[in-house]
Amino acid sequence: MTSGPTKVLVVDDHAMFRVGVRAELAREGAGVVDVVAEAADVDEALAVLASTEVDVVLLDVHLPGGGGVEVMRRTPLDRRPRFLALSVSDAAEDVIGTIRGGARGYVTKTITGAELVAAIRRVADGDAVFSPRLAGFVLDSFAGSISVAEVDEDLDRLTEREREVMRLIARGYSYKEVAGELFISIKTVETHMSSVQRKLQLSSRHELARWASDRRLL
Amino acid sequence: MVGGVAAGLAEHLRLPVVGVRAAFVVMALMSGLGVVLYAGLWLMLPADTAFTTDTPGAESASRGGRRPTTLRERLVDAGPVVALAALGFGALLVFEAIVGAGVLFWPVVLGVAGLVLLWRQADEAQRDRWRHASGRLTPLQLVVGDGYGAWWRIGAGAVLVVMAALLTFLDSGALYADGWGLVVAVLFVVGGVALVMGPWLHRMATDLSAEREERIRTQERADMAAHLHDSVLQTLALIQKNAADPTVVARLARMQERDLRSWLYADDASASESLAGALRAVAAEVEDAHGITVEVVTVGDAATTDADVAAGVRPIVAATREAITNAAKHAGTGRVDVYAEIGPTEAEVFVRDRGRGFDPDDVPADRHGVRDSITARMQRHGGSARIRSTPGEGTEVRLALPLPTAREGVRSGEPASEPAATAPLQEEPR
Repeated sequence: MTSGPTKVLVVDDHAMFRVGVRAELAREGAGVVDVVAEAADVDEALAVLASTEVDVVLLDVHLPGGGGVEVMRRTPLDRRPRFLALSVSDAAEDVIGTIRGGARGYVTKTITGAELVAAIRRVADGDAVFSPRLAGFVLDSFAGSISVAEVDEDLDRLTEREREVMRLIARGYSYKEVAGELFISIKTVETHMSSVQRKLQLSSRHELARWASDRRLL
Repeated sequence: MVGGVAAGLAEHLRLPVVGVRAAFVVMALMSGLGVVLYAGLWLMLPADTAFTTDTPGAESASRGGRRPTTLRERLVDAGPVVALAALGFGALLVFEAIVGAGVLFWPVVLGVAGLVLLWRQADEAQRDRWRHASGRLTPLQLVVGDGYGAWWRIGAGAVLVVMAALLTFLDSGALYADGWGLVVAVLFVVGGVALVMGPWLHRMATDLSAEREERIRTQERADMAAHLHDSVLQTLALIQKNAADPTVVARLARMQERDLRSWLYADDASASESLAGALRAVAAEVEDAHGITVEVVTVGDAATTDADVAAGVRPIVAATREAITNAAKHAGTGRVDVYAEIGPTEAEVFVRDRGRGFDPDDVPADRHGVRDSITARMQRHGGSARIRSTPGEGTEVRLALPLPTAREGVRSGEPASEPAATAPLQEEPR
């Protein structure tokens, strides 16, 4: 991010929740994060995105009009903001589906204001934000592919290092703590996370596909 | 794969689903027998009782259009239509194959059989409605529908049937010989019958599935109401009573949130059925008892419906409870992270807090909590416990336990030939 506060669009169908997030971000993220608009469904969100310049979209997973995935699918690729999924839903397939649809991360609605501000900044800078829960879902979705001896299919598997990073995040470690634990730099941790995210988005075969179809995602 | 018939049959007969599907395909190549069988079975076989496949929250979001729809759901909607089309097609093929031996006998048998099957499939309520409807309408109206469109359809159908009859009976000479006349005749008959009966059959089939879905929905609404009454209303009452005490209110709210969340979105098994469920349950207990937040993340799972397995995983569940309780009592922060990774042969649990921490070497000899209930217990059962703590930075307890398997005596440590106890990924070839 260059300068100035990060411009945020809050998309959620619960008005009370939007008010709450706005108030919380105003309190915790004054001068850092600025809620420039709100939207209650897919069409409203697209209208706002077409007319307003936005850096980060806080996107509810379940949204009238086809869900948060639909917003990302219908946003034109040029001038595309970054998406951070924010949800009360713990349904694994919806969360993974949202990440695969292009969201940079997933946090639950019970996140504290300060953590949310940090997550928004991180997403605005182009990094991925993985909550422990998301890390767990990711590990679950790639599970089993580790032992499969298909060396050429590296897109469908996490490297040992990526797995370690995911496990530590699932264990509640912050990025800094992960870096300290594995004796690598924070930047390297972020690289691993982006690569996991990319794999989630690109991979469509084998274990992930099977995992997804078991959960009726495909 | 179209109607789930092969899968259902395979499950019923305990045969591999691939084999059943292959059999259908082979039979389909034999003059359409497989297609007819498939369509017939589709109409006849009882639908899977597990009609709803998602959690209540996800289902509700789907109904409200707040989730993307899947291809599968869209296909299911078209199911009855496809079945009827397949039935008609199959009937045509069979008709063609056995022609000569009673041209009119088989179509009649097939048509009657199809109607009987549809009738059988309908449940009582639906049948009542049909009977009721037939009381008010003339039978003709019931079959063909109302309005000018219906009469046009009847007219067209009748013309086709008459043409078919003319072709069959008058042209039994030259056209019969090369076979084409017969095919055309059959096509006309089938087309005519389809025009007359099609709308009725289609309406009947869609009515059927709509009625079944509606019944299930009503049951779900009742469940939902009961659940809201039991849990949310009670909690709200408690919160009002304790409005003066913020700690109690926060604890109640958290408790209710966890309860609703798991009811709405978690489809995983309860404490008695799986290791992950048991771990979540102990975390919830400690959360309630000590008024803290315990964030539980699990990867994989192991079914504990088998008594031996249930007994085998008990140590790690008990040790986890002890570790969370310790963190709740001594860490001084309101939050504990629990991460469990349950593989086919081993379960690992990490309990982490960012509290004040301690020096493990400094624990007084008379403090038995950690040594006895965690370390010694895990070692006794072939597992291990490692405690890492730094004063000021927090504590992490790592518990590991080899998992017993449900199969005959594959003991801990040995690689299980097959991950029988775990079922996170049940492969279904498709």
